[in-house]
Amino acid sequence: MLTLTSEVDGQMAESAVLRPRRGWLHRDTKGWIFVGPFLAVFALTFLAPIGYAIYLSLFREQAFFGGNTFVGLDNYAEVVRDSKFWEAFLRVLLFLVVQVPVMLVLALLAALAIDSARLHASSFFRIVIFLPYAVPGVVAVLMWGYIYGNNFGLAADLNDLLGSTAIQPLSKSWMLPSIANIVTWEFVGYNMLIFYSALRTVPEELYEAAAIDGAGTVRTILAVKLPALRGAIVIATIFSIIGSFQLFNEPNILRTLAPNVITTYFTPNMYAYNLSFAGQQFNYSATVAIVMGVITAVIAYVVQLRGSREAL
Amino acid sequence: MSTTTSPLRPRRSPLLTGLMLLYLVYTLVPLLWLFLSATKTQDDLLSSPGLWFGKSFALFGNISDTLTYNDGIFLRWLGNTLLYVVVGAGGATLLATAAGYGLAKYRFAGRRAVFAVLLGAVAVPGTALAVPTFLMFSNLGLTNTVWAIIIPSLVSPFGLYLMWVYATDAVPHDLLEAARIDGAGEIRIFFTVALRLLAPGIVTVLLFAVVSTWNNYFLPLIMLSKPNLYPLTVGLTQWSNQATGVGARPIYNLVITGSLLTIVPLVVAFLLLQRFWQSGLSAGSVKQ
Repeated sequence: MLTLTSEVDGQMAESAVLRPRRGWLHRDTKGWIFVGPFLAVFALTFLAPIGYAIYLSLFREQAFFGGNTFVGLDNYAEVVRDSKFWEAFLRVLLFLVVQVPVMLVLALLAALAIDSARLHASSFFRIVIFLPYAVPGVVAVLMWGYIYGNNFGLAADLNDLLGSTAIQPLSKSWMLPSIANIVTWEFVGYNMLIFYSALRTVPEELYEAAAIDGAGTVRTILAVKLPALRGAIVIATIFSIIGSFQLFNEPNILRTLAPNVITTYFTPNMYAYNLSFAGQQFNYSATVAIVMGVITAVIAYVVQLRGSREAL
Repeated sequence: MSTTTSPLRPRRSPLLTGLMLLYLVYTLVPLLWLFLSATKTQDDLLSSPGLWFGKSFALFGNISDTLTYNDGIFLRWLGNTLLYVVVGAGGATLLATAAGYGLAKYRFAGRRAVFAVLLGAVAVPGTALAVPTFLMFSNLGLTNTVWAIIIPSLVSPFGLYLMWVYATDAVPHDLLEAARIDGAGEIRIFFTVALRLLAPGIVTVLLFAVVSTWNNYFLPLIMLSKPNLYPLTVGLTQWSNQATGVGARPIYNLVITGSLLTIVPLVVAFLLLQRFWQSGLSAGSVKQ
């Protein structure tokens, strides 16, 4: 029998999925009955806007005459030369390179600990660590934002305690780590749960075989658990990369607390948002969004390819 | 569960438990701070330590202030959120369940294309969609209506993924074959045979859909300009802006208490439904 993860891997790699098995309906169209409704709404809310964004990106508004003129790829050329865009892009890239590994390693360690049967009250840990995911992102940011603040936050308390003013989470040099902390707090539990449920699918026989071979804890983790987690790790990494590139809620809400630190182009997403809703530059905003979308999709695709080919 | 039948029954480790307790503290301290702050008056917020009570216990006063401020707009926002959650997340679960089942149990022409399109589209960032969706909905006259929030909420690619993985194992092919031999139609098989087997997975997908609709911020932020259509998330940030902006009215206690009230229903739902969604996520370990 196939394990869950290898089935997912098979689908991830899109290989061998058409292998005929007992019970499949071959060359049938009945599946569309079930997939059709989802795809119809998907087309309306995902595909149509993407098509419309591409259309918008090829035009430019005329400042004096009104109306739009076709400008081909001029908007794209402008994005490539736009230093604000690249500053924002490099900022989320830095965020991605540092925050995502920290978050995923914490989640992985938590999942392994909870799955190890060496933990007291492991189901209590599982539910509590997952809990921040149930906290709306907006509330998490407001809460941490106030905690970071100097008025009545814990940062102020800590500074009082230490008799210093060293802890300034909302200052320019602390801002990115402060945001990373909020995102980590929110999503470790969620990723932990993805890893944990993948660990649950490891067949008991594998652990028995490992025990018979005299494998210790570390060896069992390396030889049995991590390979079983590969699919889950790839998925979690892709979701985290997408999440990082889309960074918006946290900086946008913290902006009211630190308007001088967080610019209108702090992240590419904020840049696109402010271009269209503060600047009415819909065409250019759509172009920025598409460029970001293409970069994200390419990186996610590369991670997926590498993840499904290489063993850990 | 595998732990109970394991031939390896390692001893419980106080060290590991201690390390995990540290992480637990990190998880809980902000929530504790939020709760304690919600019990304080405006003056106590500024004068008392963050992780302890203030001079007075003002939780109930704060709650009633939050619910009645501005003619009870908070309750209106709560009602809006519930509407978006029930229709949006409910619909999303239904669509994702059917589609996940279809992808897992049928091999039809175009299946691979569906997979590729889904994966590609999920990688597109929110704003790539948000701005054109806004303009599109604006042309259709849908902005500033509940549909602007509900329709985009109906699609949950992650729910589809979970359901797909879950249905692959939870619904045996032999059972489907047997039902077909008995002459049952595909839709009937789905509703009478498959749906029951998929139940734990459905609860899981529903919970995740509820969370993402309840937490939705970006979409309503751009789609809605009428405060009486706001969900809680947008309403709360608007209060926060009022509290910190120029000529601010100090309503920090309302923002904090409102935040606490916004968290409670979801936390309660997760705790009460624990048995269901945890079995949904771990059922893969119990092989039929």
